[in-house]
Amino acid sequence: MSSDVMNKTKTQDYFINMGPQHPSTHGVLRLVLSLDGEVIKSVEPHLGYIHRSIEKMCEKDTYKMIVHLTDRMDYLSCHMNNEAVCLTVEKALELEVSDRVKVIRTLFSELNRLSSHQLWWGVMGMDLGAITSFLYGFRDREMITDIFEETCGARLTMNYNVPGGVMFDIHPNFQKRVKEFIIYFKKKLPEYDDLLSNNVIFKARTEGVGILSKEDAISYGVTGPSGRASGFSCDIRKQHPYSAYDRVDFKEILYSEGDCFARYKARIDEMWESMFIIEQLIDNIPEGSARETTRAVIKLPKGEFYQKVETARGEFGVYIISDGKKSPYRLKFRSPGFSTLNALNTMAKGSKIADLVAIMSTIDLVIPDIDR
Amino acid sequence: MIKSIIQYIKEVFGGLRSLLKGMRVTGHYISHPKEIITQQYPENKDTLKMFDRFRGEVILLHDENNEHRCTGCTACEVACPNGSIEIISERVLNPETGKKKKEIDKFIYHLSMCTMCNLCIESCPTDAIKMGRNFEHAVFDRSLLTTVLNRPGSKLAPGVED
Amino acid sequence: MKFDIYDFSVLTKSIHESLNSMMGETAVMISEMVIVGIIFLTLFAVLGLILVYVERKICAFFQQRLGPMRVGFWGTAQTLADLIKLLLKEPLITKNADKFLFNLAPFVLIIASFMAMAAIPFAKGLHAFDIDIGVFYITAISSIGVVGVLLAGWASNNKYSLIGAMRSGAQIISYELSVGLSLLTIIVLTGSLQFSEIIESQREGWWIFRGHIPAIIAFIIFLIASTAETNRGPFDLAEAESELTAGYHTEYSGMKFAFFFLAEFINMFIVAAIGATVFLGGWMPLHFGSLESFNAIMDFIPPLFWFFGKTAFIIFLMMWFKWTFPRLRIDQLLTLEWKYLLPINLVNILVMSFFVLMGWYF
Repeated sequence: MSSDVMNKTKTQDYFINMGPQHPSTHGVLRLVLSLDGEVIKSVEPHLGYIHRSIEKMCEKDTYKMIVHLTDRMDYLSCHMNNEAVCLTVEKALELEVSDRVKVIRTLFSELNRLSSHQLWWGVMGMDLGAITSFLYGFRDREMITDIFEETCGARLTMNYNVPGGVMFDIHPNFQKRVKEFIIYFKKKLPEYDDLLSNNVIFKARTEGVGILSKEDAISYGVTGPSGRASGFSCDIRKQHPYSAYDRVDFKEILYSEGDCFARYKARIDEMWESMFIIEQLIDNIPEGSARETTRAVIKLPKGEFYQKVETARGEFGVYIISDGKKSPYRLKFRSPGFSTLNALNTMAKGSKIADLVAIMSTIDLVIPDIDR
Repeated sequence: MIKSIIQYIKEVFGGLRSLLKGMRVTGHYISHPKEIITQQYPENKDTLKMFDRFRGEVILLHDENNEHRCTGCTACEVACPNGSIEIISERVLNPETGKKKKEIDKFIYHLSMCTMCNLCIESCPTDAIKMGRNFEHAVFDRSLLTTVLNRPGSKLAPGVED
Repeated sequence: MKFDIYDFSVLTKSIHESLNSMMGETAVMISEMVIVGIIFLTLFAVLGLILVYVERKICAFFQQRLGPMRVGFWGTAQTLADLIKLLLKEPLITKNADKFLFNLAPFVLIIASFMAMAAIPFAKGLHAFDIDIGVFYITAISSIGVVGVLLAGWASNNKYSLIGAMRSGAQIISYELSVGLSLLTIIVLTGSLQFSEIIESQREGWWIFRGHIPAIIAFIIFLIASTAETNRGPFDLAEAESELTAGYHTEYSGMKFAFFFLAEFINMFIVAAIGATVFLGGWMPLHFGSLESFNAIMDFIPPLFWFFGKTAFIIFLMMWFKWTFPRLRIDQLLTLEWKYLLPINLVNILVMSFFVLMGWYF
């Protein structure tokens, strides 16, 4: 009799919408979760809420104008995005930039990586409930944005790289400020460890949660610190060095567990490595010109060109198909967040809703980067 | 059995110690209120100074004789990615040489569309425009954001053409 | 009217006598109850306002910023402005919600807090309800608060509120055990459940010092369990903003929401007051048994200030917890209680009873 009842009852999955406006989805992302009680059975992301057709706009802009649009894609690593476009154009024109330009570009990229990771750390604490860490991350980030403001003129959308070099030379105070910042931040980073990394509550919430195996990371194309925490050795700064990365000495951070805690530690260790790179370069900026002269209107030769850089989130690639005119025929960006979002379903299956929040903060998505 | 009890006690004490370390960090900040970095914005406007290169808005330089250096060459209009600059020029008869020359009538600037990317400044051949440091652009009426940058009665400074 | 700041029973006796000379027996009783009720209502409201302001300022100082500064001198009128804003909001009731229970839920919570506050000893002679089972009465009354939480979740007709209310309910019920047991550890030393006797027995020194190790362990457990019971700090999963559900009070707006909000802060005050009374000596100044001159200096400060000072200290500790630690997940919360706090508590009571039998306390 009771088995009769069991056969006749139908069960339906319980759908919950983690809507586009939500404090912990880091942007406008809609996740449709199908739940079985408290356990997640599948996560389906719906994108497109902040699509601004950047790639189409690039088809009518000249190459100098494209650079300022890339600021607004992954706005937390804008120097690295700009550098990618400039490197592609310089590769197509076969233009050699001076050493000074290379070192300046590397310095700014590493400072930008530091500021992006600081913001990530603050938001990670805030998502898990330790709201104080948000304020601490931003306080430390203020020093870097002040450095940027003094040299480039803007704090977030800097538009400092141009094809051929940088827009103007660095400010005389630059070296002094960067050295002060390094001394200051080396004292603060152990505080980050005390506040979150060694905390027993934090470890209980992130260890063993959201595991991504190495095979999955390779097959989904998850690069950046998230991929390296699963054991996938994909640091472009080591494998295909560009700018001044071949003359500095730094380690590639690899962990093998692939859970949230490994991704967290990978980013914290990357912050130490970035500071190490900056220390090696800050005293040795070579003399030279900060900008090579190019024609006023740049025209690339016909062909296809691709260049990739390592942003704070992973591998960012620019692919240009040019037919000789002053705007590209087609331009495509390979964004790191898009591939990582794809792997979210694998990571979140079988965990609880509270774990989903932890996973979303460790993979560090920036939605405008995915939607472009 | 004894090992699991010792493991249990170690977990408890280790957890408590990590919590106390975290409390020490925040406890440091509440006991040093001198380190507060908040700046109270509208009250500190007198002493607020932005950096030299800060990009606030585009301004057309005028010297003390109300003269500017813009020849109306539209290099900035071509360089702007989204059309925030419109140059309206007219052909004016120069009384000395008797030839008609292009001279700028209005330099229209759409602040609502400008992304402050600095491309117009670096493309200007005569250094006529530069970035100002004003950042308080909020208005109640949108039409106030479209301005004419050259002041009434200003004319081209002599000797700029070369 | 005679007024002695060191002993409020002088004041209460003189008011009682003047009332007796004016009215008959029952009228005196009723008017005294009305006076006490009004005093507690104002205390409730004023304490709520002050505590919200203090929380915002302390939170700001932990985060290296300033907090409310504009409304009033250094932001003191900020809570008043928030209160006016909440009063002006529209009190919505969702369709198909159970109207009677929906309106009843915040009041159940407030009534529970009021009844608990009546039994707290504020100063010598300023004790509204000195029943001889004081501690037992308070633990029983705080269980009524759970009913209010569950009613709110059920009557909102919203599946997310129901989930939040269930989680909240499970959390409060589990941690009440730990609170009760840790209080019991000190009762073993005092031998009486009545609050005034507990305070009298701490005349030689506070129990947290005299009952050394087991008392300190009991104090730590009491702190953790009471932050969990008031849904605060690292245990606020049920009402967290970055989780999916906003908890059992999602559907409330206007004054009823203000009641839930106030009730949380008043509960925090009550729990801190209980902790201050049982562990730290209530309104009894700091005495060390034999140092006569030290005791005389400590006696100079009125007992009212001692009480509020100790409560403020415990409230500060609870706020420190909230702004430093990340949140626990619901299953980790319950694991903490049933697998860690409860066994440690039981062993602690055994150890304390053994010490008391052997006389190994000060």
